[in-house]
Amino acid sequence: MKSYLEASARQRLQYLLDEASFVEILPPTADGAFTSPHLAQLDAPTAFDDGVIIGRARLQGQAVLVAAQEGGFMGGAVGEVHGAKLAGLMQLALHEKPQAVLLLLESGGVRLHEANAGLIAVAEVMRALLALRAAKIAVLVLIGGANGCFGGIGIVARCANAIIMSEQGRLAMSGPEVIESVQGVEEFDARDKALVWRTTGGKHRYLLGDCQQLVEDEIAAFRQAAIDTLAQLNRAPDGLALSLAGLQQEQAQLAQRLQDFGELAEPLEIWRKLGLAQPQQVALMDATQLQAALAAARDADKPVQEGV
Amino acid sequence: MNWQDIAAQLFPAGHQIVQQDHFLCGTAQVGDAASGTEQTVAVIGTCKHAEIGVEIALMQASAVLEVVREHPRRAILLLVDTQGQRLRHRDEMLGINSYMAHLGKCIALAQQLGHPVLALVYDQALSGGFLTSGLMADACYALPDASIRVMDLTAMARITKLPLARLQELAASNPVFAPGAENFLRMGALAALWQGDLAQALQSALAQPHPSDQRAQWGSERGGRTLAHPVVQAVLASANTVPHA
Repeated sequence: MKSYLEASARQRLQYLLDEASFVEILPPTADGAFTSPHLAQLDAPTAFDDGVIIGRARLQGQAVLVAAQEGGFMGGAVGEVHGAKLAGLMQLALHEKPQAVLLLLESGGVRLHEANAGLIAVAEVMRALLALRAAKIAVLVLIGGANGCFGGIGIVARCANAIIMSEQGRLAMSGPEVIESVQGVEEFDARDKALVWRTTGGKHRYLLGDCQQLVEDEIAAFRQAAIDTLAQLNRAPDGLALSLAGLQQEQAQLAQRLQDFGELAEPLEIWRKLGLAQPQQVALMDATQLQAALAAARDADKPVQEGV
Repeated sequence: MNWQDIAAQLFPAGHQIVQQDHFLCGTAQVGDAASGTEQTVAVIGTCKHAEIGVEIALMQASAVLEVVREHPRRAILLLVDTQGQRLRHRDEMLGINSYMAHLGKCIALAQQLGHPVLALVYDQALSGGFLTSGLMADACYALPDASIRVMDLTAMARITKLPLARLQELAASNPVFAPGAENFLRMGALAALWQGDLAQALQSALAQPHPSDQRAQWGSERGGRTLAHPVVQAVLASANTVPHA
């Protein structure tokens, strides 16, 4: 079994998609035409793909457009070219109308080495993704890389139709190191890996309803979950678009979350309030056991949050 | 910059904007009956360098949804003054990215249902708080003195481990590193800077169509961000050159 966590972005594409179906868009060129124009002046290395690979492929025979961020290059952070490749891919999807757009996200957010250009690029990615929602093209996000999914890309992820995560995946806004450096170690101890994991990890996101599928750290498991989720989404294509009813429901759910958990200090307290009898055991459960535990808690009619 | 002063200049015919802590919400009158341009716009925003936490993100989203529900196609003006997202463990635990994404989705829904959405950075705009406000608008404007940036150079130097002196030197000549409205204009993030008669500027902006995201093109035309647009065009051109496997 191939670990998603340990694989490079290109390996993930190779094993996630139908065999030999991936065709890269803007593959590396000899003249390096699509590398960052900003890094050289900071004596920082460049990458021939600027840390993101985009292309066409098939997933169980269905045409998809796909992007994969490479965490090994500047933590997958978004610079001008990187962001334009992502935004361009989504604009392309508006024309080509694939069965889905798959985003294998692994990013610290805006690439600070390209500061303003990175921020604007993330904004363009977000707008392009939301245009796909209007066009009823399914957008699936996969998160399971070592660098997590943070900053503006953490927001972008939650604009998609569904998120598939492994427990090793992390999804949040500000990184623990940033919070610690601004607010102090009492606010968030970034070296407390267990706390970081409880706060941002895949299991917590699944329990809160911020990710729809929790899978084991295997590329094959991500593939199967993507196939299943896509089939489910495309059965009701009208549900792919943003709607007043859908967003009013999300508004109510997020308000309820604040009411239920806003006074709690620790993810363990949230898990207990969700009805998990032994929240300390969550760390030891595999994805299937956690799904069963959550289902049992829901059956017991405890306050829970549905995925949105 | 005081939001009341800006509102008075934007809306000489009057407004009913209410401030609740750092949150602004209400309506205002734009245009005049004589020229047939009279309309009510919804105003939603933040003030006093608001840090965007889960609560205020949800309040803004709720206000957007109310406009969509009660006033089809009414124009929305986002007034932006934010220091960025709130940096707290609690907000991360509750999933602040989901709250901010929700706000972004609500604005997108309004746009998709025909509400013009404009934004004005009247004081300060930073990173995450800017992403889900001004940068979501059909067209974002700023006052010339507005402070717009990702983070300050000292923090950037610490996190990237780049020498502060080098960043300061670059910021003097390169819009990518320099804060300020003028640089974001050159990079295409802003449609224009508003000076002089703000009421007139708003009225003109409302009368203008804003068909799609033109920021990469603007960045290229204005010379502040030259590669984004060609990269997007190259990706789109691949539609005809790369066959589907």
